[in-house]
Amino acid sequence: MTQDNIIDIQHLSKSFGGVKVLDDINFYVRQGEFVTLLGPSGCGKTTLLRQIAGFIAPDEGRILLEGKDISGIPPYKRPLNTVFQRYALFPHLDVFDNVAFGLKLQKVPRKEIEVRVTKMLKMVSMADYEDRSVDSLSGGQQQRVAIARALVNYPKVLLLDEPLAALDLKMRKDMQMELKEIHRKMGITFIYVTHDQEEALTLSDTIVVFNEGRIQQIGTPADIYNEPVNSFVADFIGESTILNGTMIRDRRVEFMGHEFDCVDEGFGENVPVDVVVRPEDVYIMNQLEGAQFSGVVKSCIFKGVHYEMFVETDNGFELMVQDYNAFEPGSTVGLLIRPGDIQVMRKERTCNTVEAVVEDGSHIKMLGCNWECEVPEGFTPGDEVLAEFDFEKVELLDNREDGKLGGEVHFLLYKGDHYHLTILTDDGDHLWVDTNDIWDKGDLVGIEIAPADIKLKRRNG
Amino acid sequence: MKKILAQCYIWLLLAMLYAPLLFIAVFSFTESRVLGNWTGFSTKLYANLFTGGVNGGSSLMSAVENTLLIALIAAVFSTILGTVAAIGIFNLRGRKRQTMQFLNNIPMINPDIITGVSLFLLFVFLKFSQGYVTVILAHITFCTPYVVLSVMPKLSQMNPNIYEAALDLGATPSTALRKVLVPELRPGMISGFIMAFTMSLDDFAVTFFTRGTIGLDTLSTYIYTDARKGGLTPELRPLMTLIFLLVLVLLLIINLRSARAENKAK
Repeated sequence: MTQDNIIDIQHLSKSFGGVKVLDDINFYVRQGEFVTLLGPSGCGKTTLLRQIAGFIAPDEGRILLEGKDISGIPPYKRPLNTVFQRYALFPHLDVFDNVAFGLKLQKVPRKEIEVRVTKMLKMVSMADYEDRSVDSLSGGQQQRVAIARALVNYPKVLLLDEPLAALDLKMRKDMQMELKEIHRKMGITFIYVTHDQEEALTLSDTIVVFNEGRIQQIGTPADIYNEPVNSFVADFIGESTILNGTMIRDRRVEFMGHEFDCVDEGFGENVPVDVVVRPEDVYIMNQLEGAQFSGVVKSCIFKGVHYEMFVETDNGFELMVQDYNAFEPGSTVGLLIRPGDIQVMRKERTCNTVEAVVEDGSHIKMLGCNWECEVPEGFTPGDEVLAEFDFEKVELLDNREDGKLGGEVHFLLYKGDHYHLTILTDDGDHLWVDTNDIWDKGDLVGIEIAPADIKLKRRNG
Repeated sequence: MKKILAQCYIWLLLAMLYAPLLFIAVFSFTESRVLGNWTGFSTKLYANLFTGGVNGGSSLMSAVENTLLIALIAAVFSTILGTVAAIGIFNLRGRKRQTMQFLNNIPMINPDIITGVSLFLLFVFLKFSQGYVTVILAHITFCTPYVVLSVMPKLSQMNPNIYEAALDLGATPSTALRKVLVPELRPGMISGFIMAFTMSLDDFAVTFFTRGTIGLDTLSTYIYTDARKGGLTPELRPLMTLIFLLVLVLLLIINLRSARAENKAK
C-alpha cells in the first residue's frame, strides 16, 4: 500500500436480515481523487458510503483512512464529512449557523469561523444568503449550503450521497460543473454515490460499478464505457447492443451470423463470448457497397443531436444505431462496424450449473425441490453432483403455481434476437433463461425443466 | 330559513357550553354564601382570595399552590421522560415499535379510577409512605404517554438524516440531541408539556388515591371535601373565574403566535 491511498477498503461485507448487501468489497481511493460509486438502486453503494461515514458498522473487513483502521471510530471523530441526498440542513438555524455548525463544535475562534464560512458561502455562490432561513431556499440553494457546511471543516474526504438526485435536469447539469470546479479548487478527495451513469461519466476520475453488493468493474470513465468487463456494465453504462458471439480465433469474432475483424486476443479458439456494440459505433449508409452486412430500418426517432434507429439485420437480429442522418423506416441500408469498436467479453457462464443430490434412479434434489431426470449409470442415491441445463431449456410459465418452482424476473438483457433473463427463485437462487417471450422485471413466473434436459456431472473434490 | 336554524343551533350550543362559566363569573361579584343569591355587587370575595381572609383559613390557597407545584413538577419530568421515550420508540423497527406504541396508548384509554386504585395498591404493597412524592410520581406516570403522543409526529416529520448530519459534523450523540433534535422537537415538547400540565391540574381520581392521609389537598380534592362538608366556599367562585380567564388569555396568545408564525413562513 502506498502513501497516496487516502481510503483503503479491504474485504468489507455487510448483511441486513440475512441478505448480503455488500460482499467482499475491495478498492482504494487516491489522495485528491474524484471516485464515483455507481450502480442501480439497492446495489449496496449507499450502504458502503454510510460505512465509510461511520453510521453503519461493517460485519467483516476494514476501512483504512491514511493507513489507519477507522472501523471502530464513531462518525463524530472521523475527519470526513457527508453531503446527504435530502440536504439534511438544520431548519432551526439560518444559513450562516448551518455552515458554522461544525466549526463551532471544534471551538474555532469566532473571527476565524466568520472568515471561513463567508469564504465557503462565496465559493458555492451563496454569499448573500447568510441570514436567510434554510426553509426559504430552493432545492439547489439548500444543496449548495449543505456542500458548504461539509467543506468548511476541510474534511480529508468528502462523501456525497446522490446529492443532485432531487434537482431538476438543468439545475443538475449546472451543479455537476460547479462540483467539479469545487473539487479542483479545494483538492479534497470526493467519494460520490449515484445511480446516474451520465453523471458518473461526467464527474469522475474513477468509477466503481456495483451490482448486487459486488464490484463489477473499477476504471476511468473511458475504460468503463469502452471496455466493459461484463454484460451488466455494458448494459448499465450508456446505450448498447449486447449479442452472443463466438471468438473464432485471435482478432476474429462471429456474431449476428457474420464474421468480423476485431482487436481482442487471448480468448482461445471457438469460445462463446458476449459482444458489445455501441449504437454510435455502427456506420449506416444507403448503399450496400463497402458494407459488412445489410439491414432494414424498423424505426427512426429524432433525439435532438442524433437520430436513434432500430435496424433488423439480414439474419434477423435487432441492432440499435445512432447517426446524424435519418434513414426512412422500411429502407434497406448497409452497415459496418470497425474492428476497434467491437468489445468482446468473456461469458460469465454458458449454462446453468446447480448443486444437486441424487435421490433415486430417476430423481434428483436441487433448488429446494425434487426433479425428475435421467440419472446415468454409476450414480447412486445420496451422491452430491452438479446439474447442468442450458439457458433456453428452462421453461417459464405465467402462473408461478403451475411451475415446480416459483421465481421472479430479476434482470433482463436484450441480446438482439432473444431475451436473456436472470430469475431469482423463491429460495434465493439465480437461474438464467434465454427466451423469445417478453417478460418484465418483477414478473412472477413458474419454472419447469424437462427431465431430458438436465445433465448430471460429478463434483470435483 | 335553513340558515337561521343553523345559526340558532350554533348559538344554543355555545350558550350551553359557556352558561355555567358565565354564571360563576357573574356570581363571583357578590358576597352571598349561597350560589344564586344576588346580594349586591362586591369584590370582597376577590379581596379575600388574595389577603387570605378565606373562611376556613388559608387551606384553599395552599391547595391552589399544591396543585400548581405538582402540575409543574409532573409536567417537567414527563416532558423529559416522554421525549426520550418517543425517540427510543421511533428508532425501533416494525413489530417492536407497534407494540411499544400500543403499550403507550393503554394508560391513556384506561379510566383514571383504575390507574388511581392500582397505583394506591402498588404504593401500599411497596410500603411507600403516601404524600407529596407519591402524588407527583402518579401524575408523571399518567402524563408521560401524552408527551410521547405529541412528540412522535414531530419525529416522523423530521428529516431522518438531520441527526446523522450533526454526528457527521463532529457532534457527540448528546450534543446532537441538545443542538439539533431538541430544537426540532420543541413544538411537540411544548404541546406535550401543556397537555401534561392540564391533565395534572385536572386530576381528581388519581390524586385522591395516592395522596395518603397527611392532609395533602389539591384544588380538586379540596373542592370535593368542601362540597361534602356542606356548601362550597364562596371564594371558589372568583378563583374559578380567574383560572378561566388565565386559560383564555393563554389560548389567545398561543393562537396569535401560531398565526403570526404562519404569516411569516409565507
